[in-house]
Amino acid sequence: MSQEFEPTILAFVCNWCTYTAADLAGTSRMVQQPNLRLVRMMCTGMVDPKYIVKSLLSGADGVLVSGCHPGDCHYINGNYKARRRVKLLNEILPQFGIEKERVKLTWVGASEGNEFAATVNNFINEIRELGPMEARSMAVV
Amino acid sequence: MARKIGVYVCHCGSNIAGKVDCANVAEFAGNIKDVVVSRDYQFMCSDPGQEMIIRDIRQYGLDRVVVASCSPRLHEKTFQKACARAGLNPYLMQHCCIREHCSWTTADPDEATAKARHIVEAAVERVGEHGELFSREVEVLPDVMVVGAGIAGIQAALDIAKSGHTVHLVEQSPSIGGHMAQFDKTFPTLDCAACISTPKMVAVSQEPNINLLTWSEVEEVTGFVGNYTVTVLRKPRYVNETVCTGCGACLEKCPTKAISEFNEGLGKRKAIYRNSPQAVPNTPVIDGTICKKITKDKCGICATICPTGAIDYEMKERREVFHVGSIVLATGYDAMDPTPLREYGFGKYDNVYTALQFERLNNAVGPTEGRIVLKNGEKPESVAIIHCVGSRDKNYHEYCSRTCCMYALKYDHLIKDKVGHDTKVYNFYIDMRCFGKGYEEFYKRVQEEGVTFIRGRPSEIVQEDGRLVVVGEDTLLGMNVRLPVDMVILCTAMEPRKDVTEVARVFGVAQGQDGFFLEEHPKLGPVSTATDGVFLAGTCQGPKDIPDAVSHASGGAAQAIALAAKGTVSISPTTSWINPDVCVGCQVCVGLCAYSAIEFDERRNIAVINEAMCKGCGSCAGYCPSGAAQIKHFKETQIFNEIDGLLGMIPDWRPPMEEPDAEPVRIPVQTDQPEKRA
Repeated sequence: MSQEFEPTILAFVCNWCTYTAADLAGTSRMVQQPNLRLVRMMCTGMVDPKYIVKSLLSGADGVLVSGCHPGDCHYINGNYKARRRVKLLNEILPQFGIEKERVKLTWVGASEGNEFAATVNNFINEIRELGPMEARSMAVV
Repeated sequence: MARKIGVYVCHCGSNIAGKVDCANVAEFAGNIKDVVVSRDYQFMCSDPGQEMIIRDIRQYGLDRVVVASCSPRLHEKTFQKACARAGLNPYLMQHCCIREHCSWTTADPDEATAKARHIVEAAVERVGEHGELFSREVEVLPDVMVVGAGIAGIQAALDIAKSGHTVHLVEQSPSIGGHMAQFDKTFPTLDCAACISTPKMVAVSQEPNINLLTWSEVEEVTGFVGNYTVTVLRKPRYVNETVCTGCGACLEKCPTKAISEFNEGLGKRKAIYRNSPQAVPNTPVIDGTICKKITKDKCGICATICPTGAIDYEMKERREVFHVGSIVLATGYDAMDPTPLREYGFGKYDNVYTALQFERLNNAVGPTEGRIVLKNGEKPESVAIIHCVGSRDKNYHEYCSRTCCMYALKYDHLIKDKVGHDTKVYNFYIDMRCFGKGYEEFYKRVQEEGVTFIRGRPSEIVQEDGRLVVVGEDTLLGMNVRLPVDMVILCTAMEPRKDVTEVARVFGVAQGQDGFFLEEHPKLGPVSTATDGVFLAGTCQGPKDIPDAVSHASGGAAQAIALAAKGTVSISPTTSWINPDVCVGCQVCVGLCAYSAIEFDERRNIAVINEAMCKGCGSCAGYCPSGAAQIKHFKETQIFNEIDGLLGMIPDWRPPMEEPDAEPVRIPVQTDQPEKRA
């Protein structure tokens, strides 16, 4: 079964860096696996941990949060706030049987289309390796 | 009340339709709840495409619109305006991307179509929760700041000043002119650089609308488009600009010497100095780190000799604050230091020069008074010019510096012209890139002057019997070359300024992978940045020659003038909003806000957003423990619906019990948000 498993992944990306990088990856025709779907946010700082948890509970096998590089935040320091939140979430999720690897934070700058495509493909591979999320099927939630 | 949603799927010619079955996506969307009309069309952004939307809004009474096409960063505004023309609030439209993030990046057509369906479903689910929003108009301050007074900054400042607006022109060095002031001649016309740039420099100093701030640096920028507050650090010049007549008597008597930066290390300057006799302003500056009076309280000869008493050793640095509507960045480039390329022996062998050093050798007011000579004072009999030093090189800069081929040709000509036609000149090049007006013709002319072109990047430069030997391969002949020469010129790369990262941070602009400032769009937005009201001019955006830098600067100036001329700018209404009925007054958001846009209302015991300051970053909304803080257009209900839509289709392998409810989960959080009309 794990051979057939194709993960569904959501990515919360900031408008200024990673979303722009995703556009660039598209314009440069950098092929990515189709498992990832983007949610455009203005800043990673507005990604409420609720969104991540909700995604995992509603069927996502992995959640990527990606924004501007440290120091490059369009809103001064929103990405640092995201970093704190994701770090905390990574501590808490395992207590509910959700592997912390399912939530990942990366920095992809606006001009890094190739970096975006690589990040996406790597994350999809990681989650595919990890398999379906057991916690959800155990109906813990 | 049921929504009436219209869905429009764009083919974008074959860009989307080549991978995504657009008709299928439109048909699928037509079956989603509340969708009353769903169409696919070849070019939604075309006039007939937009007309289609407008017609449907009127005919079907649509109250929500979803457009699935290219990235919202490209055409969101287009479709928002189309909706507005039909009388629908632009924020009741959701634009989703099935091109950059779907058709262009997905290999398999079926998978692309499936992904497009998810994306459209998410947009439909999301748009149902959208509310009407209204943009605010804010005043644009009439003044403009231009940072950097090289040729690009000068051009931008003059253009803006001509429009009648005041320009604050900030330059970190003691005089203006930038790199162009260091050059001797310019390609391909061989115009004397000083002859064409000095009138512009003088025009700057005489223009009443330009407030020239040399020997100054921008320390801090706050505010937003139309209303920036800029703090400028005025470094102490130790010479009073208003009193000094520029007679230059002090320069002759000063006993302390240092290496001249302006002459690229080839000559000496005094502790009190100016870059050249044509310097604008021509007020000298005292180097406070070496001046004997300032460091040891000795000497003081310049003060005694100065006829106007302009010398002031007690001068302190000070800060001035300016309020401007927009900012033009023209901070320029650095020429790469070739020392790390040890194979070329720069710094080790006497007669290996950088291109800028060679410009100074050529310059009539340079260290050799314009004579092209070796370190021992003799004329070179042969010169090798090495192109692409640090450019087009994976180890240093992958990009092409765009100017080196042409200035190398200029050097070819100047050497033949100044040293003598019997001087042998060899160019080691990778490709000759002579793309500008009159450039190819100049290349032809130089070839006819008897210059040798050898295709290949030299592997090293060695010294044998006191002569330099360039070792390389002529890749056209397929032969190794060992070429003894007297002088070597390294055409070093143009690279971002050393402090570029810090400057980018101060002005809130991003850097591209090459380190230069990132423009809004590589093709259609080369002068604007992601930060509204901050524009780029010249080589701070990427390597450019003089005509390109000047036209780029005029472009940046035009953008700044446009803002100032209109006098108002519309600000996105997607700010934060704190629901007063939900807020418990914990004040966490107040501390989180990077813009101090949240105030605490003591009387009502709630936090309140100052919409004029809020930029809608969502730091407060992301944290707010009670869910009171919400970003308009990025509300929790909207994001939750989007998530549901994106996850709406469950892959086949999952057991049926796992399927989520067909109805998206709607979280009952603050649904009656009143939107204020600005």
